[in-house]
Amino acid sequence: MTDNYDAVMVGAGHNGLICATYLAKAGKKVLVLEANATPGGCAATREFAPGYSVSSCAQWLNQLHPAISRDLALEQHGLQWAAQNLPSISLDEQGKHLSLLGNKVEGANVSAEDRAAFVAFHAKTEKYARLLVKAFEARAPKLVESNLTDRLTLIKLGLGLKMMGRDDMSDLMRIILINMYDVMEESFDSAQLKGLLSLDSLLGSRMGPRTPNTVFGYLYRRVGETLGNNGQALVKGGMGALGEAMAASARAAGVEIRLQSPVASIDVEADRAVGVTLAGGEQITAPLVVSNADPVTTFQHLVGFARMETGMARRVSHIRCKSGTAKLHLALSGLPQFTGLDDAQHGARLLVAPDMNYIERAYNAVKYDEYSSAPALDISIPTLHDATLAPAGGHVLSAIVQFAPYAPEGGWEAHRETFMQLVIERIAAFAPGIREQIISSQLLTPADLESDYRMSGGHWHHGELSLDQIMMMRPFPGATQYGTAFDGLYLCGAGAHPGGGVMGLAGRNAAREIIKRGAAA
Amino acid sequence: MSAKSDDTMMLTTPFHSRVKEACGLNCWGNWMGYTTPNAYEDVELEYFAVRSTTGVFDLTPMNKYRVSGPDAEAYLNRLVTRDVSKIRVGRVGYTVWCDDAGQVMDDGTIFHLAENDYRICAYARAIDWFNWAALGFDVSIEDETAEVAALAVQGPTSCATLLAMGLEGLDQLKPFGLTEFEFEGETLMVSRTGFTGDLGYELWIAPHKAEALWDRLFEAGRPFIIRPFGTDALEMARIEAGFLQAGVDFMPAEEAVRNGRSRSPFELGLGWLVDLDKPVFNGRRALLREQAEGSRYRFAILDVDGNKPAQHSFILKGGKQVGTVTSAAWCPTAKTNVAFAQIEMPHGAVGEELVAEIYYQRELHWTRVLAPCKVIESPVFNPGRRRATPPAGF
Ligand SMILES: Cc1cc2nc3c(=O)[nH]c(=O)nc-3n(C[C@H](O)[C@H](O)[C@H](O)COP(=O)(O)OP(=O)(O)OC[C@H]3O[C@@H](n4cnc5c(N)ncnc54)[C@H](O)[C@@H]3O)c2cc1C
Repeated sequence: MTDNYDAVMVGAGHNGLICATYLAKAGKKVLVLEANATPGGCAATREFAPGYSVSSCAQWLNQLHPAISRDLALEQHGLQWAAQNLPSISLDEQGKHLSLLGNKVEGANVSAEDRAAFVAFHAKTEKYARLLVKAFEARAPKLVESNLTDRLTLIKLGLGLKMMGRDDMSDLMRIILINMYDVMEESFDSAQLKGLLSLDSLLGSRMGPRTPNTVFGYLYRRVGETLGNNGQALVKGGMGALGEAMAASARAAGVEIRLQSPVASIDVEADRAVGVTLAGGEQITAPLVVSNADPVTTFQHLVGFARMETGMARRVSHIRCKSGTAKLHLALSGLPQFTGLDDAQHGARLLVAPDMNYIERAYNAVKYDEYSSAPALDISIPTLHDATLAPAGGHVLSAIVQFAPYAPEGGWEAHRETFMQLVIERIAAFAPGIREQIISSQLLTPADLESDYRMSGGHWHHGELSLDQIMMMRPFPGATQYGTAFDGLYLCGAGAHPGGGVMGLAGRNAAREIIKRGAAA
Repeated sequence: MSAKSDDTMMLTTPFHSRVKEACGLNCWGNWMGYTTPNAYEDVELEYFAVRSTTGVFDLTPMNKYRVSGPDAEAYLNRLVTRDVSKIRVGRVGYTVWCDDAGQVMDDGTIFHLAENDYRICAYARAIDWFNWAALGFDVSIEDETAEVAALAVQGPTSCATLLAMGLEGLDQLKPFGLTEFEFEGETLMVSRTGFTGDLGYELWIAPHKAEALWDRLFEAGRPFIIRPFGTDALEMARIEAGFLQAGVDFMPAEEAVRNGRSRSPFELGLGWLVDLDKPVFNGRRALLREQAEGSRYRFAILDVDGNKPAQHSFILKGGKQVGTVTSAAWCPTAKTNVAFAQIEMPHGAVGEELVAEIYYQRELHWTRVLAPCKVIESPVFNPGRRRATPPAGF
């Protein structure tokens, strides 16, 4: 059967929707096929207890590229903010909290020296992050054969490095290869400040503060701020509303979206993609197939190892994408009281990361596929800004939990309840009365995230963000620049350059590359 | 200190007791970690046994892998360059396999033993790559190098010898065919294959029957002038017959460290083994590109003037270097001085006249000769008896 689609998109995650929209604006007829019932992928809102809804995967918006937001006219298509410019607050059991927004740190335990040191550190890392933004806004240059465009990108990066000045350049080269722990130790005194910044450097990863790559992780996170997003933002209606706004924008551009339509296979003839087959058996042909699914899902499960050459299958099987991140959702009968926080502060981003060793110990467990007995947390209480998520008077607490293994010994069902209670226990240490307020609770393990959002390993970035899996090595050498070894098959999700987070660059870059290659695609 | 053979690092084959007894020269080499005779008594006599009567070669060290399971054929088709579905049960096929860059990793033979059951014989250790290649296939791969003892029985009287040993009906076996016999309660597999370019067979048996097989074979072969031969004689025979040797005529792609040192099948004159119509196999994309853009090198068989083997020679055209020799030998039966060379494109076409810059020494005195040579179309030794079924009787 022939369809007259120019492109089929597998997955309606934010990157898929963005890519589809740009393709449609360039005149292509695009069909998006999404397995789930709602668009947005990990930008999702789900009801987890009667009347209680939550951003069920990603919760904070701070990396979305403003130009993409503009191009897609998201606010015209329904995007509303529940809150913006929220600070991050590192919780303290005694109530001596530390608050951070932009280059300002405040709190009982922060010295004047640390405050000043942070201003300098912030300015310096801002420059580095700006360099990353340059690299992220273009396709990554190729590893070996460099053509003119790639050479220009490299030159721009090199030039950018040089323009920073010699001291900054050598400092960047030095710290990018070490780890957050050492960089923090040489920069600050405050244990809380060091803990907070460390957590930012490894959120979503399987790394501790002493793991190499964490400095890159921190700079990656700073990209959002560099793009002009100060602090954290919450979307009205939860992240799912962002997915809906993107879907609306895509439809307005002419994209057709079919939900609850899981793709069973990406069909290839020799080394060319020719279409997809849905789980229901329907076949859809198209000269272009773009996958928003992660690289392991795309190549191992949808194309199939047997259909590619061995070296490529081997590379795919080497991708590190096992997550160490879980998610906890609590439906609460009232607003929990965190010791020492005023009302407004309850609505900020609340972190349990008292010091670096705390996080490192939490990380230790996951190395052995065990869960942390004292996990680090990134908490949001969105209902303080958005009444639509819970019945009147009720509240929702959502926490990103580091660390939980992908596959603990004995399977998750043997551990789920214990681990969930342990996480609640942690929160109760800062909000003593919270247990009595809990109406319902939900723990999403990495394995749950994998099946809910169809991402192998359940990883935040669809594959670890480490120096061997970024830029021209993302997702693996030979599948860079969004193209693959199969003509007509492209990647556009978090697994591609530059990586994950609700940022949109992978989707936009992929669209640009596809358009640029034109008929040659 | 005395070293028992169990303590030594070099392995011995199940034929070792017999090989050692026959190896009057006591001159040994190392073949993939196995103690292997370079020559038993006299290289020339051994070579002529292969060409005139019967020569026996212990090929147990050849790496042997068993591939079985529901996806065995699909697996092999992805692994190697030729279409494996064309190798029927009871047949053997020569092939090469490549990495994703279309560079030859090794050459070898595929034995189709039964439905979904194959054996691959390979020069290089390949278990790691073969296991990686199993990603996506329901297949089991076992290294059975040490579990199968093997002898090559080669030469014009080889069939007569084996018939005399009691392998009734063997004369009906066609080239690249394989069949089985009962041998003292064990299965003896016989294939009509070899590395000498002549009539010949290879015998495959469980190791505990190896010595008995050797004894029965040599007893039956006495009237047919049977003689064991070592790797030196084999080297002459295989060059004469035009067979490439991995590690000599090309660097297995995984062993080549330097960029550009490996070769594609096209560059080794093995393009006939590449079936680009197969939808997927390792190296296909790269080979399609090479086919479109052209190869870097060409494999050439050279007929070199004079009788000095052009070992390690540079090949010149108009005084400029255009290639190098990988294997060379004076071939006694064909009475030709043969060299295999890698020639830079576009040189090396059949009929082209080139010059081999040969260095040789006599009593520490080095001499250089510039020997004219010519690219020839096919190997210099290719007798009709190699293919005749049944083979001529003796
Ligand atoms: C626990 C957790 C918390 C996070 N918190 C934040 C946060 O606070 N802020 C932030 O910016 N980022 C956060 N992230 C990261 C962020 O959510 C992701 O990096 C980002 O959403 C990935 O977007 P994507 O479009 O590339 O892929 P996805 O959102 O994963 O979209 C892929 C889509 O493809 C679909 N799909 C896959 N296979 C098929 C198939 N066979 N057929 C049809 N459809 C298919 C999936 O259903 C999915 O909808 C978090 C991640 C996790 C795991």
